[in-house]
Amino acid sequence: MKTLFDKVWDSHVVAREEDETLLYVDRCLIHEGSRHTFDTLHERGLAVAHPDKVFAFSDHYIPTDPRARAGGLANLPDPEIRNMIELLERNTDEYGIARFGWGDARQGILHVAGPELGLSQPGIALVGADSHTSTHGAFGNLSFGIGASETTHVVATQTIWQRRPETLRIRIDGTPGFGVTAKDIILAVIAKIGIGGAIGYAIEYAGSTIARMSMNERMTVCNMSIEAGGRAGMIAPDETTYQFLADRPFTPKGAAWDAALAFWRTLPSDPGAAFGKEVELDAASVAPMVTWGTNPEQALPITGRVPDPDRETNAERRGEYAKALAYMGLQPNVPLGDIAVDRVFIGSCTNGRIDDLRAAAAVAKLGRAVVPTWVVPGSEGVKRQAEAEGLDRIFTAAGFEWREAGCSMCTAINGDQLTPGERCASTSNRNFQGRQGPGGRTHLMSPAMAAAAALRGHLVDVRELGGRN
Amino acid sequence: MEPFTTLSGIAVPLDEANLDTNQLCPTRFNKVAKGPRFRDILLHDRRFNADGSEKPDYILNQEPYRQAVIAVAGRNFGVGSSRETAVFGLMGFGIRSVIAPNFGDIFYNNSLKNGLLPVRLPGPTVETLIRQLLARPGATMTVDLPEQVVTGPDGARHRFEVAPLSRKRLLRGLDEIAHTQEYAGAIRRFEQSQASAFPWLQPAS
Ligand code: SF4
Repeated sequence: MKTLFDKVWDSHVVAREEDETLLYVDRCLIHEGSRHTFDTLHERGLAVAHPDKVFAFSDHYIPTDPRARAGGLANLPDPEIRNMIELLERNTDEYGIARFGWGDARQGILHVAGPELGLSQPGIALVGADSHTSTHGAFGNLSFGIGASETTHVVATQTIWQRRPETLRIRIDGTPGFGVTAKDIILAVIAKIGIGGAIGYAIEYAGSTIARMSMNERMTVCNMSIEAGGRAGMIAPDETTYQFLADRPFTPKGAAWDAALAFWRTLPSDPGAAFGKEVELDAASVAPMVTWGTNPEQALPITGRVPDPDRETNAERRGEYAKALAYMGLQPNVPLGDIAVDRVFIGSCTNGRIDDLRAAAAVAKLGRAVVPTWVVPGSEGVKRQAEAEGLDRIFTAAGFEWREAGCSMCTAINGDQLTPGERCASTSNRNFQGRQGPGGRTHLMSPAMAAAAALRGHLVDVRELGGRN
Repeated sequence: MEPFTTLSGIAVPLDEANLDTNQLCPTRFNKVAKGPRFRDILLHDRRFNADGSEKPDYILNQEPYRQAVIAVAGRNFGVGSSRETAVFGLMGFGIRSVIAPNFGDIFYNNSLKNGLLPVRLPGPTVETLIRQLLARPGATMTVDLPEQVVTGPDGARHRFEVAPLSRKRLLRGLDEIAHTQEYAGAIRRFEQSQASAFPWLQPAS
């Protein structure tokens, strides 16, 4: 009896040596930040083994300001940022690697645009030069993030050496309440097991709550596996998966589709297959979540209060909480709903998909933003879909800024960033110190909660805004 | 890769949990090409003010820690982003081994690929080492990879585990790509059997 992870792992073993396995890699995703990989290829005169199995995206460095995009790459004022985007163009051209870059209708964040293209399929092994590659596991495959040296190894050999991780099943059952989304559920999981809770594990998410989720919601959950330290996050493929995949540019068609489908149906974990560790969560008990500190486990229901380090019994935690509060500029015991924000960011590979923008727009309809609020679609495809549905007009009518696709203020490397001390309600995935700009303060939450914060100017329980229908 | 055998020298206590890769290398430095600039990029926003001046009270800005070759840190070291620049920062500063209760997976692997040895020791042992180092600034330690032993400032020996293949590569400074190329035949056979079993995986669009 095998788990989904076992099946995918076992079918990619090329060789074993000592405790390590040489795994075959079906797809490798890269982005502008992969410069160190190309630097090494050049330095060592290495060739790319299978350029047609490598896919490049412009996302981290690309501007999301519509005026900058309209002005063209050559006119981008910051030479260092322009250089990163141009480097990707030169490098991918040199090695014959497909690029979804500046000006391409398929451009977007690698974990949003990749699945839209149909690159993420059940049963494959996919790596990405980015830690949130765990996103793609929502399709029932083994996907994980790697560093620059590992990426060099993958593109040069189409393989990677790995130690086999343990398996962790996280079962989520129950019906989430009104206003509770996939983001709240994964934040609740991380709060429960901690940012180191899944180190050394490949996670499989299972249970009725997961089974009822859309692919976009499943991607939100798998995306943040890495925030619990997980090597990968996986969800068994089912009809929802197959419907999403049908007729994507890179998915099989006709008889090949039928053969693929028959294989995909064999992938879910066998009943009774053993996992190294099991965790359970009742979705009905989850409330809309926000982070108050400087890592994703420092999260609480919005109905809670800022923790008091003096009341923390664990000495180590006490110190950590005090440091987090000092950085975040927060006082203990303050209701989370009283925390004023300076701006709002809706986007990223966690929450920049169409479902996320619909949820944010449903809240935006209820009022007007009182702080600067950005909506950054995860891809050009998401942007077009949102515009076709009129979401962009809802956002602009509510005073939200509608921008171009990219990572933007999630990692603040393209120039979109907080100023020191600024406090942001953000739908991204990391609230580390300085993540959204040096000195910036981040509170993570769902798109609906972020939109609600935009209307009120402070963190607020989206359930209080009404709009229930 | 430079081989790693036995390393002795000044150890710096980084008495903090959850030092994620965003702290080790703030995102804006990811675009920097590998090189000497990484000495100042390591933990940049902890070490420097916005105007570029040093924060004198941060431990890495103090003597004798500027000469540190080993770092001892709290749990969850290197969690977060996959940026290998976090490793370039540590190496640029001169640190060749980090001792902590546990590490982010990707950081752990990135370290091994660059000849930086991540050593996992139990939490209480790490706490003791940090206390000893804080009590005796400039104390030295030894990380012995052949013996798989860390020697603390008090001379106590702590055994550690490291995956055998990684250990072999580190000891000999083996090049991983060259090593994998010895498996070229196995890779070719895998590709052939995959092409017949899963024809739809072959790239097309
Ligand atoms: S959106 Fe953020 S987390 Fe996702 S790939 Fe971009 S920078 Fe990384």
